[in-house]
Amino acid sequence: MTTYRLKGVSVLGAAPTDLFITDGLISDKSASAEVIDAAGLVALPGLVDLHTHLREPGREDAETVETGSRAAALGGYTAVCAMANTSPVADSAGVVEQVWRLGREAGMVDVQPIGAVTVGLAGKQLAELGAMATSAANVRIFSDDGFCVADPRLMRRALEYVKAFDGIIAQHAEEPRLTEGAQMHEGEVSTRLGLTGWPAVAEEAIIARDVLLAEHVGSRLHVCHVSTAGSVEVLRQAKARGVRVTAEVTPHHLLLTDELAASYDPVYKVNPPLRTAGDVAALRQALVDGVIDVVATDHAPHAVEDKECEWAYARPGMLGLETAFSIVLSVLGEQWELIADRMSRTPARIAGLDGHGTDLAVGSPANLTLVDPSARRVVDPAELASRSRNTPYSGTTLPGRIVATFLRGEPTVLDGKAVK
Amino acid sequence: MIKHLRSAADLDAATATLILDTAGEMAALAGREVKKLPTLRGRTVVNLFYEDSTRTRISFEAAAKRLSADVINFSAKGSSVSKGESLKDTALTLQAMGADAVVIRHSASGAPHRLASWVDGSVINAGDGTHEHPTQALLDAYTMRSRLGRLAGLKVAIVGDVLHSRVARSNVLLLTTLGASVTLVGPPTLIPNDVAAALSPATELTGSASLRGDRLIPGEMAGGFPPPANPAGVEKPTAISPAAIAVSYDLDSVLPDMDVVMMLRVQTERMQDSYFPSAREYSRRYGLDLARMRKLPEHAIVMHPGPMNRGMEIAPEVADSSRSTIVEQVANGVSARMAVLYLLLGGKA
Repeated sequence: MTTYRLKGVSVLGAAPTDLFITDGLISDKSASAEVIDAAGLVALPGLVDLHTHLREPGREDAETVETGSRAAALGGYTAVCAMANTSPVADSAGVVEQVWRLGREAGMVDVQPIGAVTVGLAGKQLAELGAMATSAANVRIFSDDGFCVADPRLMRRALEYVKAFDGIIAQHAEEPRLTEGAQMHEGEVSTRLGLTGWPAVAEEAIIARDVLLAEHVGSRLHVCHVSTAGSVEVLRQAKARGVRVTAEVTPHHLLLTDELAASYDPVYKVNPPLRTAGDVAALRQALVDGVIDVVATDHAPHAVEDKECEWAYARPGMLGLETAFSIVLSVLGEQWELIADRMSRTPARIAGLDGHGTDLAVGSPANLTLVDPSARRVVDPAELASRSRNTPYSGTTLPGRIVATFLRGEPTVLDGKAVK
Repeated sequence: MIKHLRSAADLDAATATLILDTAGEMAALAGREVKKLPTLRGRTVVNLFYEDSTRTRISFEAAAKRLSADVINFSAKGSSVSKGESLKDTALTLQAMGADAVVIRHSASGAPHRLASWVDGSVINAGDGTHEHPTQALLDAYTMRSRLGRLAGLKVAIVGDVLHSRVARSNVLLLTTLGASVTLVGPPTLIPNDVAAALSPATELTGSASLRGDRLIPGEMAGGFPPPANPAGVEKPTAISPAAIAVSYDLDSVLPDMDVVMMLRVQTERMQDSYFPSAREYSRRYGLDLARMRKLPEHAIVMHPGPMNRGMEIAPEVADSSRSTIVEQVANGVSARMAVLYLLLGGKA
């Protein structure tokens, strides 16, 4: 293994220093190190994404574990949690082990599979959660993401059942009867555009129910992609009561609003939908306050034909891995502790990923990323490492750039380029 | 002149008035023995219909033919569309064939906006999903103006399933632009809460949202969060007072004050989705029968975009009464569509 000396690096905004990496760990000194000039760069613990769609198996035309891993590394991530809505669904030990193994083979980030809560995401019957937990993939997060576990009895059982192996249910909060045919946030813009509305209450009602269920059975609940001001209030109250609930927000819900749908360009179609400026403001405040614990990308690659079509026929979702850090930097500013907490430490803790989200102290695993906060870049979809192109930031100038990423002491990204 | 007619919001008052004036000239043509103008000779107009709508299609076809355009009817049935060709591929095909205008009817809201980004020719919205039907609004406005002599200051009730009605959306936008005031009437399940704000010209959204060129750099954000990115542009002109759009759930109280009452077609499948309990109850509360018609002022007219559910939203005696403009609307449809094609393709004005 190569030994590296990150020369003049600022750890989380502190005064410049030299950071050494030896045998995959942060070390204090080394004689013959390869020097990386890190002047002006900020070192963060490697980012951890709780919510990534890698599409493999099943939609390798949109993304593969390999291309998604490369996108993740370029985005500063050292670990991603791969959602279960693949084809076949990751609802068995076999599929989660396949995804886990593909991640190992790609070797650019740690790919931690998420298991489905119910068989085939159908919401009828629990998947073999224990088998996935004890598989090589060591699954701890379970989610039917894309679908809500809407049946309250089934949700209760799932929350209870995973306690046996310290699992957590990550809920896609969407009351399905309130969102039949829904295309965008229900409000003035949907009324104007004649697109069926996705009312905020459909999310808030499920979160309210789920925090009560989690409280009742004493289980851990994680809420995916919180998108409304009302959801923030439900979570704030639940946390104040001591409910074991965590929540994530996506970068796009921190920045973009429903008015973008006026173009009818489905690149802005996402589930949950883009909301109003008031919701954006509430989500930002909640992220700062800690009511929302983490930023998760909901990176959702889609093939061109699934987006270059009528809005109603397009699949929901947008790319996120390669732009998340820049969006968070633009929203939070250079608050490095806060960024490290919301994008690395807390997601690593929720997912139970040992060795990720740790402080860059001597003896810690060298999972880290170096960012240049003063850099600017214009997003060009053609340059993204993802196999898909559905970024809503095409042509936008974003702040910050990921210069290098290290996974267990080995660079996955150097000079802003993937090593492999 | 505007290039596309995707929404009634594409029309400012001057442009809309020009179209209505031109429609008047076109209507005069209909009285002649030879009902044809050479204006669009050699131009190609494609009727791209993804939904069955014989009346709208033949209206556009007649309009284009009276202007001497070559008309190609491209219907979803029996074409490559039924084999799963995407709208974009169809658009590129029409583009390659040199369509000067594409008239599109589609079940998906916003399909004309998408189409306009893929073809060079003009795109005319002939009804998209639950969004808009701007030429219907033009023919309706033309009909009102012919019957009542003006649009500014008119009081118009639009009654029925506003939530799902493209006719309602386009009419509200166009009528308020032209100075009429509109009262939307129906059961609360079918009138969106925020409809007045949503359709007021003061909340106009541009159809060309893009983040391109937006700069999201923290230097500009010192001292707090950056504003959410709303590049769709929400300038708030205040030309029209919000009072121009009102909502009522009580048809009887609205009628005595109206110059125009426009009944919308109510689809019976809405019942299954609990928007209202039964056709009978709907008809009792919101149907226009003779007794209700008598509550209208003497001069008021009754409109319906067709096809009607006789006995549901409108009683047969009302539909066939002298106040009804329903047949006139059909004739005016050809004139209004001629005016749109003439102005969009003729390049005049």
